[in-house]
Amino acid sequence: MASELSCHCRRRLPSGFEVDADLRIPFDQSPVTILFGPSGSGKTTLLRMIAGLDRPDAGAISFLGRDWFDSARAIHLPPQQRRAAFLFQDYALFPHLTVAANIAFAARPGKARELLKAFGLADLARRKPHAISGGQQQRVALARALAADPALLLLDEPLSALDAPTRARMRYELRRMLLDAGVPAIVVTHDRMEAVALGDWMAVIVDGRIRQTGPIQDVFRHPADALVAGSVGVENVLPAGIVAREDGLLTIQVGASRWQCVDSGGLPSGEGPVFACIRAEDVTLTRELPQSSSARNRIPGIVRSVILEGPLARVELDCGFPMVAVITAQSAGELQLRAGDSLSAIVKATSVHLTG
Amino acid sequence: MDSFYRANNMDWQAIGLSVRLSISTTLILLALGLPLAYWLTFSKRRWKFLIEAVVALPLVLPPTVLGFYVLLAIGPRSPIGALYARLTGGMLPFSFQGLLLASVLYSLPFTVQPVAAAFAAVDPRLLEASWCLGVSRAATFRRVLAPLALPGIATGAILSFAHTMGEFGVVLMVGGNIAGVTRTVSISIYDQVQALNYTAAAWTSLFLLGFSFTVLVFTYSLQRRIWSIWPGRHGL
Repeated sequence: MASELSCHCRRRLPSGFEVDADLRIPFDQSPVTILFGPSGSGKTTLLRMIAGLDRPDAGAISFLGRDWFDSARAIHLPPQQRRAAFLFQDYALFPHLTVAANIAFAARPGKARELLKAFGLADLARRKPHAISGGQQQRVALARALAADPALLLLDEPLSALDAPTRARMRYELRRMLLDAGVPAIVVTHDRMEAVALGDWMAVIVDGRIRQTGPIQDVFRHPADALVAGSVGVENVLPAGIVAREDGLLTIQVGASRWQCVDSGGLPSGEGPVFACIRAEDVTLTRELPQSSSARNRIPGIVRSVILEGPLARVELDCGFPMVAVITAQSAGELQLRAGDSLSAIVKATSVHLTG
Repeated sequence: MDSFYRANNMDWQAIGLSVRLSISTTLILLALGLPLAYWLTFSKRRWKFLIEAVVALPLVLPPTVLGFYVLLAIGPRSPIGALYARLTGGMLPFSFQGLLLASVLYSLPFTVQPVAAAFAAVDPRLLEASWCLGVSRAATFRRVLAPLALPGIATGAILSFAHTMGEFGVVLMVGGNIAGVTRTVSISIYDQVQALNYTAAAWTSLFLLGFSFTVLVFTYSLQRRIWSIWPGRHGL
């Protein structure tokens, strides 16, 4: 209870878009929390309200039991009193100050020099921000934030300004630096890889509302609804109907085919419309003839397109409904896939996740 | 000897007074204009444009009109004039202090507009980053905004100084023509022409022309030099 951020607040933007977020983050379980959502979902607005840079129209925000904002009691602490260091997407380093002066900007004596060394920036101390690389700028921004002894770190898409190879390397480096710092952090991102590599716990925001919270793997495996499934990158979200339930196994109707899947509970009892969510990498393809297998669902389809994405191939199928499979480029080659081919998609019963 | 005679013909007292008036005006304008420019740049008030229009008025208003209203406002029967008389025992019209007040109003846009433009060109996230690091608004102004807006602040100060040096209409309305108190360079030139002393008028005019040109050359070269030591901001 003590170590948490509680935030339920509402803000209408001039565009008419409204963020109405209800969020509770237990930092003792989650040193690094991911705030995940597609662009335009209100992530940055929410982060700015937590930092005190934007004032919510109504609601309350408290951190570690201290009220940061409460519209009912007219409490609105300025950013200076919240000490929630904000790392902007492009780092917002002070262009007129050297690396060392940036880090020392809000630091107590000694701390800046210590961080300069710890972050491997000692050689760059006298350079100006424009004269160092993107990855280095990010380290300076993080060191500058930590030098001020923040209570909370807020990172807005921290890796988006980097080139792809640096980004991949920085994911793990950033995670290590955040854990070493021992300051709870909220990281905004719309990148699934980034979320998995950086965070422990995640909140999904879609259309200005928090849709689901929980450990990252849980959220990716079991999206709470079709909207979350779509936004966390579960490519196949198919309308389905429950036909039968027995012994923890469900039979569902998807298009013309019947599938079996595991009843994980949490679904309304009885029969009714649901969504079957399948991640594209959980769909395998085969040209073999059908043979019965209890744990597998075999869905005949026609290849619509094959797109190579580096070591992976993205295959779009028409199974009476659109279905996406991601397989290795190697198996795509072995299968000699071509648009118009008939084959079968195979989905394990355990890979089908049902949501209401 | 000839050139010495000519130089002596110039009204050095008036030049000295103009310099004193310009320096005082510029210092007061920096103290008033920077906070005002900050407010104009960052305030989200709907009626901000009204204040913007008031600040810009001296740019379009004839100096005589501005001078006339200032004269009314600081007269002994006005609240301002009465208060000043009670505090100091003196009177504002036709005094150096009255002239200073009028000059400050008259040159206000010359300070506020370049400074506000320079403030607006600074990335607001730099200020927000500073606030989130626990640094107060005043310290952020001093340590982030002012250094980054320095070229604009320098331009505003120099333009106000030069503008006050060449002031005529407002001085005539509010200050009159009292030697050593309110007779500035431009008034002195006018006097010299009225007295058909063309040689003196020519030399004083040449001085003012040379001064103004030097100030502008200095401003533009300074701007270029400051921009160039502020990397990555050339396009702004």
